[in-house]
Amino acid sequence: MAGPGTLRLLYFAWLRERLGTAEEVVALPEGVATVGDLLIWLCSRSPAHAEAFSAAFRVRCAVNQEFAAPDAPVAAGDEVAFFPPVTGG
Amino acid sequence: MATIRVQQADFDIGAELAAVSAGRTDIGGIGCFVGTVRGDGGDRAIAAMLLEHYPGMTERAMARIAAQAEQRWALLGCTLIHRVGRLTPGETIVCVLAAAAHRQAALDATAFLIDWLKTRAPFWKKEIFTDGGEVWVEAHATDEDSAARWDENTP
Repeated sequence: MAGPGTLRLLYFAWLRERLGTAEEVVALPEGVATVGDLLIWLCSRSPAHAEAFSAAFRVRCAVNQEFAAPDAPVAAGDEVAFFPPVTGG
Repeated sequence: MATIRVQQADFDIGAELAAVSAGRTDIGGIGCFVGTVRGDGGDRAIAAMLLEHYPGMTERAMARIAAQAEQRWALLGCTLIHRVGRLTPGETIVCVLAAAAHRQAALDATAFLIDWLKTRAPFWKKEIFTDGGEVWVEAHATDEDSAARWDENTP
């Protein structure tokens, strides 16, 4: 669970494979208020992150299990998931 | 109330149909869509399909899709079942049932349910080929077009 001041980040499908992790808890980065801010911060973490997240048009997001656009707000305690466009059915 | 399940195990479509109409005489038609694993991915033979999902969000998204259908059509029953895990060619992936007093509502709701399930619920497919390769299935713009036709199309 995301504790005080933290975000719970989840990754699915090829994003999970490229990052080598399905889930992590991070401190809410300074200046991050939206999904778009969080994407920019994630890209700055490592070359692998930059490579995985830079194809922004291929990455979708959900905040607290609801699909979220880049301008959606992100706050401490949130569960934020990143994944490719869905392909079920 | 819709029946919504995400499961690894196979299921009996006949039993699901029977469950929708059990004890009822007001249903005039049941629409049914069943999705199965194809054995070919372009020019490569498929050994298996891996279905991944986002537990928690998946069930919420499916419940919302069913609620949308129940709001748009006078449904008397609605079932959404999606399998996850490793599935082999010929196996059932997904089943959608919509029951109504008349066929048009049942058929339209069935099409709506599968169109939205494909584009608005967090599932991802990976194809495992017989040659050992594997690839995540890309989303198709045509699926999004099929789903979008229901946006402005209210009965």
